[in-house]
Amino acid sequence: MEKIPILKMGDFLLVTIQVDLYDRLALNLEADLVGTINKYQSKGVLIDISAVDIVDSFMGRILGNIAQMSKILDAHTVVVGMQPAVAITLIELGMPMSGVFTALNVERGMELLRAKIFTDDADTETDSAE
Amino acid sequence: MMQTQKLIVLSNEVITILKEHDVVFLRGRISQYADKIQMGLLNKTKLLTAASELVRNMISYAGQGKVLCEIVASIGLEKGIRLTFTDRGPGIKDISLAMKDGYTTGKTLGLGLPGAKRLVSVFEIKSQPGKGTTVVIIKWKNG
Repeated sequence: MEKIPILKMGDFLLVTIQVDLYDRLALNLEADLVGTINKYQSKGVLIDISAVDIVDSFMGRILGNIAQMSKILDAHTVVVGMQPAVAITLIELGMPMSGVFTALNVERGMELLRAKIFTDDADTETDSAE
Repeated sequence: MMQTQKLIVLSNEVITILKEHDVVFLRGRISQYADKIQMGLLNKTKLLTAASELVRNMISYAGQGKVLCEIVASIGLEKGIRLTFTDRGPGIKDISLAMKDGYTTGKTLGLGLPGAKRLVSVFEIKSQPGKGTTVVIIKWKNG
Protein backbone atom coordinates (compact mmCIF):
# COMPACT_ATOMS: atom_id res chain seq x y z
CA MET A 1 0.00 0.00 0.00
CA GLU A 2 1.42 3.36 -1.04
CA LYS A 3 1.65 6.02 1.62
CA ILE A 4 2.60 9.69 1.59
CA PRO A 5 5.22 10.37 4.27
CA ILE A 6 4.60 13.07 6.87
CA LEU A 7 7.82 14.58 8.26
CA LYS A 8 7.97 16.29 11.63
CA MET A 9 10.10 19.44 11.79
CA GLY A 10 9.85 21.03 15.21
CA ASP A 11 6.38 22.51 15.54
CA PHE A 12 5.61 21.86 11.88
CA LEU A 13 4.65 18.91 9.72
CA LEU A 14 6.02 18.70 6.21
CA VAL A 15 4.27 16.77 3.45
CA THR A 16 5.67 16.49 -0.06
CA ILE A 17 3.35 14.90 -2.57
CA GLN A 18 5.55 13.21 -5.18
CA VAL A 19 3.18 10.64 -6.64
CA ASP A 20 0.06 10.73 -8.76
CA LEU A 21 -2.75 11.08 -6.28
CA TYR A 22 -5.79 8.88 -6.44
CA ASP A 23 -8.75 9.08 -4.12
CA ARG A 24 -7.82 6.44 -1.56
CA LEU A 25 -4.31 7.85 -1.15
CA ALA A 26 -5.64 11.38 -0.69
CA LEU A 27 -8.19 10.29 1.90
CA ASN A 28 -5.52 8.35 3.80
CA LEU A 29 -3.29 11.41 3.80
CA GLU A 30 -6.14 13.45 5.25
CA ALA A 31 -6.65 10.97 8.09
CA ASP A 32 -2.89 10.49 8.71
CA LEU A 33 -2.28 14.23 8.88
CA VAL A 34 -5.04 14.89 11.38
CA GLY A 35 -3.75 12.02 13.51
CA THR A 36 -0.17 13.30 13.34
CA ILE A 37 -1.15 16.88 14.24
CA ASN A 38 -2.86 15.50 17.30
CA LYS A 39 0.07 13.24 18.21
CA TYR A 40 2.79 15.92 18.04
CA GLN A 41 0.50 18.90 18.82
CA SER A 42 1.88 20.52 15.69
CA LYS A 43 1.27 24.21 15.06
CA GLY A 44 1.56 24.17 11.31
CA VAL A 45 1.31 21.94 8.24
CA LEU A 46 3.18 22.61 5.03
CA ILE A 47 2.03 20.72 1.95
CA ASP A 48 4.33 20.87 -1.07
CA ILE A 49 2.50 20.12 -4.33
CA SER A 50 5.23 21.25 -6.73
CA ALA A 51 5.42 17.73 -8.22
CA VAL A 52 1.65 17.47 -8.68
CA ASP A 53 0.60 17.82 -12.33
CA ILE A 54 -3.12 18.11 -11.82
CA VAL A 55 -5.47 19.07 -9.01
CA ASP A 56 -9.11 18.30 -9.74
CA SER A 57 -12.16 19.22 -7.66
CA PHE A 58 -11.77 16.19 -5.43
CA MET A 59 -8.14 16.93 -4.66
CA GLY A 60 -8.97 20.59 -4.14
CA ARG A 61 -11.63 19.58 -1.67
CA ILE A 62 -9.20 17.32 0.21
CA LEU A 63 -6.70 20.19 0.51
CA GLY A 64 -9.51 22.44 1.77
CA ASN A 65 -10.63 19.77 4.24
CA ILE A 66 -7.09 19.35 5.58
CA ALA A 67 -6.84 23.11 6.12
CA GLN A 68 -10.17 23.22 7.97
CA MET A 69 -9.50 20.14 10.07
CA SER A 70 -6.08 21.37 11.15
CA LYS A 71 -7.59 24.76 11.98
CA ILE A 72 -9.95 23.05 14.39
CA LEU A 73 -6.91 21.33 15.92
CA ASP A 74 -5.22 24.74 16.25
CA ALA A 75 -2.74 24.27 13.40
CA HIS A 76 -2.31 26.37 10.24
CA THR A 77 -1.96 24.85 6.78
CA VAL A 78 -0.02 26.31 3.89
CA VAL A 79 0.00 24.76 0.42
CA VAL A 80 3.19 25.58 -1.48
CA GLY A 81 4.66 25.19 -4.96
CA MET A 82 1.50 24.98 -7.04
CA GLN A 83 2.36 24.90 -10.75
CA PRO A 84 1.02 27.90 -12.71
CA ALA A 85 -0.95 25.63 -15.09
CA VAL A 86 -2.59 23.96 -12.11
CA ALA A 87 -3.58 27.33 -10.63
CA ILE A 88 -5.15 28.49 -13.91
CA THR A 89 -7.00 25.19 -14.31
CA LEU A 90 -8.37 25.29 -10.75
CA ILE A 91 -9.89 28.72 -11.29
CA GLU A 92 -11.49 27.72 -14.61
CA LEU A 93 -12.80 24.61 -12.99
CA GLY A 94 -14.57 26.84 -10.47
CA MET A 95 -12.48 25.88 -7.47
CA PRO A 96 -11.05 29.10 -6.00
CA MET A 97 -9.43 27.31 -3.01
CA SER A 98 -10.54 30.04 -0.65
CA GLY A 99 -9.68 29.20 2.94
CA VAL A 100 -6.39 27.57 1.99
CA PHE A 101 -3.23 29.60 2.54
CA THR A 102 -0.70 29.31 -0.28
CA ALA A 103 2.89 30.34 -0.81
CA LEU A 104 5.17 30.18 -3.84
CA ASN A 105 7.78 27.88 -2.33
CA VAL A 106 8.71 26.01 0.84
CA GLU A 107 10.83 28.89 2.20
CA ARG A 108 8.03 31.41 1.91
CA GLY A 109 5.56 28.87 3.23
CA MET A 110 7.67 28.41 6.36
CA GLU A 111 7.84 32.18 6.82
CA LEU A 112 4.07 32.42 6.51
CA LEU A 113 3.54 29.64 9.06
CA ARG A 114 5.98 31.23 11.53
CA ALA A 115 4.27 34.60 11.13
CA LYS A 116 0.87 33.02 11.77
CA ILE A 117 2.02 31.20 14.89
CA PHE A 118 3.74 34.35 16.14
CA THR A 119 0.48 36.30 15.81
CA ASP A 120 -1.37 33.51 17.59
CA ASP A 121 1.11 33.59 20.49
CA ALA A 122 0.96 37.39 20.68
CA ASP A 123 -2.85 37.17 20.85
CA THR A 124 -2.69 34.67 23.70
CA GLU A 125 -0.27 36.88 25.61
CA THR A 126 -2.50 39.93 25.26
CA ASP A 127 -5.45 37.82 26.38
CA SER A 128 -3.67 36.66 29.54
CA ALA A 129 -2.43 40.18 30.28
CA GLU A 130 -5.98 41.50 30.37
CA MET B 1 -21.96 22.36 -34.21
CA MET B 2 -18.60 20.69 -33.85
CA GLN B 3 -19.99 17.15 -34.00
CA THR B 4 -21.10 17.53 -37.61
CA GLN B 5 -17.59 18.49 -38.60
CA LYS B 6 -15.66 15.59 -40.10
CA LEU B 7 -12.67 14.52 -38.09
CA ILE B 8 -9.85 12.23 -39.10
CA VAL B 9 -8.88 9.73 -36.41
CA LEU B 10 -5.13 9.24 -36.35
CA SER B 11 -4.90 6.70 -33.55
CA ASN B 12 -7.17 5.24 -30.94
CA GLU B 13 -7.17 3.08 -27.85
CA VAL B 14 -9.84 1.89 -25.41
CA ILE B 15 -9.01 1.99 -21.71
CA THR B 16 -11.26 0.08 -19.35
CA ILE B 17 -11.91 1.67 -15.98
CA LEU B 18 -12.75 -0.90 -13.33
CA LYS B 19 -11.23 0.53 -10.18
CA GLU B 20 -10.06 3.82 -8.78
CA HIS B 21 -6.42 3.12 -9.49
CA ASP B 22 -7.08 2.82 -13.25
CA VAL B 23 -7.47 6.60 -13.21
CA VAL B 24 -3.72 6.97 -12.70
CA PHE B 25 -3.04 4.79 -15.75
CA LEU B 26 -5.60 6.69 -17.83
CA ARG B 27 -4.05 10.06 -16.92
CA GLY B 28 -0.64 8.70 -17.90
CA ARG B 29 -1.88 7.57 -21.32
CA ILE B 30 -3.70 10.82 -22.06
CA SER B 31 -0.56 12.68 -21.05
CA GLN B 32 1.47 10.62 -23.54
CA TYR B 33 -1.03 11.32 -26.33
CA ALA B 34 -0.95 15.03 -25.53
CA ASP B 35 2.84 15.00 -25.70
CA LYS B 36 2.69 13.15 -29.01
CA ILE B 37 0.82 16.02 -30.66
CA GLN B 38 2.95 18.55 -28.74
CA MET B 39 0.06 20.03 -26.81
CA GLY B 40 1.18 22.84 -24.50
CA LEU B 41 1.42 22.36 -20.75
CA LEU B 42 -1.61 24.50 -19.89
CA ASN B 43 -3.93 22.79 -22.38
CA LYS B 44 -2.63 19.41 -21.31
CA THR B 45 -3.29 20.23 -17.65
CA LYS B 46 -6.82 21.35 -18.52
CA LEU B 47 -7.49 18.20 -20.54
CA LEU B 48 -6.14 15.93 -17.80
CA THR B 49 -8.16 17.72 -15.14
CA ALA B 50 -11.36 17.47 -17.20
CA ALA B 51 -10.70 13.77 -17.83
CA SER B 52 -10.07 13.26 -14.14
CA GLU B 53 -13.41 14.87 -13.25
CA LEU B 54 -15.32 12.79 -15.80
CA VAL B 55 -13.72 9.51 -14.87
CA ARG B 56 -14.38 10.23 -11.21
CA ASN B 57 -18.05 10.74 -12.02
CA MET B 58 -18.00 7.46 -13.93
CA ILE B 59 -16.57 5.53 -10.99
CA SER B 60 -18.73 7.11 -8.32
CA TYR B 61 -22.05 6.81 -10.19
CA ALA B 62 -21.63 3.84 -12.53
CA GLY B 63 -18.83 1.92 -10.80
CA GLN B 64 -17.00 1.23 -14.04
CA GLY B 65 -16.83 2.14 -17.70
CA LYS B 66 -14.68 2.67 -20.75
CA VAL B 67 -12.70 5.55 -22.15
CA LEU B 68 -11.90 5.79 -25.85
CA CYS B 69 -8.80 7.93 -26.40
CA GLU B 70 -8.20 9.26 -29.91
CA ILE B 71 -5.86 11.64 -31.63
CA VAL B 72 -8.03 13.47 -34.14
CA ALA B 73 -7.39 16.03 -36.84
CA SER B 74 -9.93 18.48 -38.24
CA ILE B 75 -10.23 19.34 -41.92
CA GLY B 76 -7.95 22.29 -41.29
CA LEU B 77 -5.50 19.71 -39.95
CA GLU B 78 -5.61 21.03 -36.44
CA LYS B 79 -4.77 18.20 -34.09
CA GLY B 80 -6.49 17.41 -30.85
CA ILE B 81 -7.37 14.72 -28.37
CA ARG B 82 -10.87 13.28 -28.28
CA LEU B 83 -11.99 11.30 -25.25
CA THR B 84 -15.24 9.34 -25.11
CA PHE B 85 -16.41 8.24 -21.67
CA THR B 86 -19.03 5.51 -21.77
CA ASP B 87 -20.72 3.84 -18.83
CA ARG B 88 -23.78 1.72 -18.16
CA GLY B 89 -24.63 3.45 -14.94
CA PRO B 90 -27.92 4.94 -13.73
CA GLY B 91 -27.79 7.78 -16.28
CA ILE B 92 -28.72 11.40 -15.71
CA LYS B 93 -32.40 12.39 -15.54
CA ASP B 94 -31.98 16.11 -16.12
CA ILE B 95 -28.83 16.98 -18.01
CA SER B 96 -29.33 20.76 -17.89
CA LEU B 97 -29.61 20.52 -14.11
CA ALA B 98 -26.50 18.31 -13.92
CA MET B 99 -24.58 20.90 -15.94
CA LYS B 100 -25.29 23.60 -13.34
CA ASP B 101 -22.47 24.63 -11.03
CA GLY B 102 -22.90 23.24 -7.55
CA TYR B 103 -25.65 20.75 -8.39
CA THR B 104 -24.93 17.25 -7.14
CA THR B 105 -26.80 14.09 -6.26
CA GLY B 106 -23.72 12.55 -4.70
CA LYS B 107 -21.34 13.78 -2.07
CA THR B 108 -19.19 15.82 -4.44
CA LEU B 109 -19.03 19.59 -4.90
CA GLY B 110 -21.00 19.46 -8.13
CA LEU B 111 -18.20 20.99 -10.16
CA GLY B 112 -17.40 17.91 -12.22
CA LEU B 113 -19.53 18.29 -15.34
CA PRO B 114 -19.75 22.09 -15.63
CA GLY B 115 -16.08 22.41 -14.62
CA ALA B 116 -14.95 19.85 -17.19
CA LYS B 117 -16.98 21.66 -19.87
CA ARG B 118 -15.17 24.93 -19.17
CA LEU B 119 -11.78 23.24 -19.53
CA VAL B 120 -12.20 21.67 -22.98
CA SER B 121 -12.92 22.85 -26.54
CA VAL B 122 -15.90 20.57 -27.27
CA PHE B 123 -18.18 18.95 -24.72
CA GLU B 124 -21.12 16.69 -25.56
CA ILE B 125 -23.17 14.64 -23.19
CA LYS B 126 -25.86 12.05 -23.86
CA SER B 127 -27.63 10.10 -21.18
CA GLN B 128 -30.56 7.77 -20.83
CA PRO B 129 -31.86 7.09 -17.33
CA GLY B 130 -31.32 3.44 -16.49
CA LYS B 131 -29.08 2.85 -19.51
CA GLY B 132 -25.97 4.94 -19.02
CA THR B 133 -24.11 8.06 -19.96
CA THR B 134 -21.73 9.01 -22.74
CA VAL B 135 -19.57 12.11 -22.60
CA VAL B 136 -17.39 13.20 -25.52
CA ILE B 137 -14.75 15.89 -25.09
CA ILE B 138 -12.20 17.32 -27.50
CA LYS B 139 -9.27 19.50 -26.61
CA TRP B 140 -7.50 21.08 -29.58
CA LYS B 141 -3.76 21.39 -29.43
CA ASN B 142 -4.01 25.19 -29.46
CA GLY B 143 -7.52 25.60 -28.17
